[in-house]
Amino acid sequence: METSTDASNPNAAPPLTLFEKIWRRHVVQVSDDGAALLYVDRQLVYEVTSPQAFEGLRLAGRQPWRRETVLATADHNVPTTARSVGIKDPMSRMQVEQLTINCKEFGITEFGLRDRRQGIIHVIGPEQGATLPGMTVVAGDSHTSTHGAFAALAFGVGTSEVEHVLATQCLLLRKMKPMLVRVDGALHPGVSAKDLILAIIGQLGTAGATGCAIEFAGTAIRALSMEARMTICNMAIEAGARVGLIGVDDTTIDYLKDRPFSPKGEHWAQAVAYWRTLTSDAEARFDRVVTFDAGTVRPMVSWGTSPEMVAAINTLVPDPAHEPDLVKRAGMVEALRYMDLPPGTPMRAIRPDKVFIGSCTNARIEDLRTAAAVVQGRRVAASIRLALVVPGSGLVKAQAEQEGLDRIFIAAGFEWREPGCSMCLGMNDDRLGPGERCASTSNRNFEGRQGPGGRTHLVSPAMAAAAAIAGHFVDVSEGSH
Amino acid sequence: MDHFDTLDGLVVPIDRANVDTDAIIPKQFMKSIRRTGFGPNLFDEWRYLDRGEPGQDCAARPLNPDFALNQPRYREAQIVLARENFGCGSSREHAPWALRDHGIKALIAPSFADIFHGNCFKNAMLPIVLDSATVEGLFRAVEATPGYCLRIDLPAQTIGTPGGTSIRFEIDPFRKHCLLNGLDDIALTLEQSDAIRAYERVRRKQEPWLFA
Repeated sequence: METSTDASNPNAAPPLTLFEKIWRRHVVQVSDDGAALLYVDRQLVYEVTSPQAFEGLRLAGRQPWRRETVLATADHNVPTTARSVGIKDPMSRMQVEQLTINCKEFGITEFGLRDRRQGIIHVIGPEQGATLPGMTVVAGDSHTSTHGAFAALAFGVGTSEVEHVLATQCLLLRKMKPMLVRVDGALHPGVSAKDLILAIIGQLGTAGATGCAIEFAGTAIRALSMEARMTICNMAIEAGARVGLIGVDDTTIDYLKDRPFSPKGEHWAQAVAYWRTLTSDAEARFDRVVTFDAGTVRPMVSWGTSPEMVAAINTLVPDPAHEPDLVKRAGMVEALRYMDLPPGTPMRAIRPDKVFIGSCTNARIEDLRTAAAVVQGRRVAASIRLALVVPGSGLVKAQAEQEGLDRIFIAAGFEWREPGCSMCLGMNDDRLGPGERCASTSNRNFEGRQGPGGRTHLVSPAMAAAAAIAGHFVDVSEGSH
Repeated sequence: MDHFDTLDGLVVPIDRANVDTDAIIPKQFMKSIRRTGFGPNLFDEWRYLDRGEPGQDCAARPLNPDFALNQPRYREAQIVLARENFGCGSSREHAPWALRDHGIKALIAPSFADIFHGNCFKNAMLPIVLDSATVEGLFRAVEATPGYCLRIDLPAQTIGTPGGTSIRFEIDPFRKHCLLNGLDDIALTLEQSDAIRAYERVRRKQEPWLFA
């Protein structure tokens, strides 16, 4: 269902995809073999993947090219207990302290642990207006794709490239292939952006979009808030795409107005005029087009150890015996062994031991509101050992507290924590024990991701909250289909 | 940076699809602020029977005898033979650092995840993509032949098998050039400083709010 270019007017500017528009504006030069030197407008830096990059600068006697384009904070390694306690783990503490030392030495803005603006880099970038339409944004973290929700070309890089961008403001890159995921129709009540992106990954597969920059479009995407769009773009990488993108509309511009780093005064009007052009042209050609009907999506739960291993809540854990591809079948058998789930188990019968609401996927104010609405006036089931809510930033936390969401969670038996990546990857003390099963609003269900031997079920905030109350997964959309 | 030219290396098979970077180097070992020292914790959860924490003496830990890296025939391996989508997930460069620390210099798979693939080149490691049938054939040959080595010739873009077959592979010409010469690509980019400044002057006019 690929569209073709209109050949009737050879003088008209060729229609371009959103990806192509941003890409072209950032190419400094192209070498003979097609590799581009791409300019980077914003880098977000955190404690885990940057120390070796700063050390590289130091050893080579280099300085950041434009230090004012870099914004730093600690998120992966920080405890979510009271900030006054400090960091007990000496290695974590050293890494966090090293970030501060590096930022001071190289003149980079850092939101320290006691700063209300500290939080997960993919939450605070947009929250501060540090992520703007038409920008290129990089960070040494694969979930940098999140920022694509603002029509920014945003992608994760390794530490060597963190250093490269610090030193040169550029990256050597080969162009990705533009791919369109069009989602029309409307999501049913109780079905969220998280369910939609899990369903998309389930269909595309975890390597389905490798080499691609996915643009999400269609009426269902247009209807989403910025928070929900960030959830969608955040997980583009779980389908193999380094980049997820959504075109600019009123929702984008309304979100950015009056943010601390957003343009002000006459720059604002000038910026908005440019940003309005940041959508794909009607006849633009994509390398691949995939369509979805939002109305068919149910709340999703992952059953395996890859984000493509998902099923709708009203179905059963699949049987590997029905998988014809031998490599895939072996992967399913191994995943079900690790997850300790027999094929044919109803998804609703799965009983988590812990519940985690947080991460760069689902720790924004809207996520917390949705989860709070589910738990309000109810109690966490006795079988749940720990139910955690970890806001994405200090400002999200403050907003939630102003709305009284913290009291709803605490009254229900949840723990209300300080911001950070927390149990999404368990670099701090928030993790699963061996064999423990978690309903998690995070993005990866890899073996050991949330703690060695831990078993992750990826779900939406409403689904995680409902599982905490019931003690097993339930269909939060029941009756809406 | 080290360079890569030719390699005669023992091959170790990692026979799983979608091996993610969390599996290659679990997060608890990413608290280091150095680029080295990750080798003993490569594939930590698959390689050892106990729970891995930073600071352990890995030589004293119980090994999982079923995991390929622990089998004597694969112990000196320099080439990893892998399945689809190797290196997916997190962008952590600690994954190639751990492989390199362990002595791995090249990887062969039907596909790699994008970020991992790029990170390998930054560390003088060569990730080679071959079609699934060829990779399947190599898995069978490696398992059937203790001491199975391959000769990777980057200038010629070929892999020589012990049986005398030569397998051609493709590689981005710029990356090949950098690997062969061990080039520091930051220094290369800085040679273009004038072009970057000229570009910035144009952008400043187009989007002044980014330069305010």
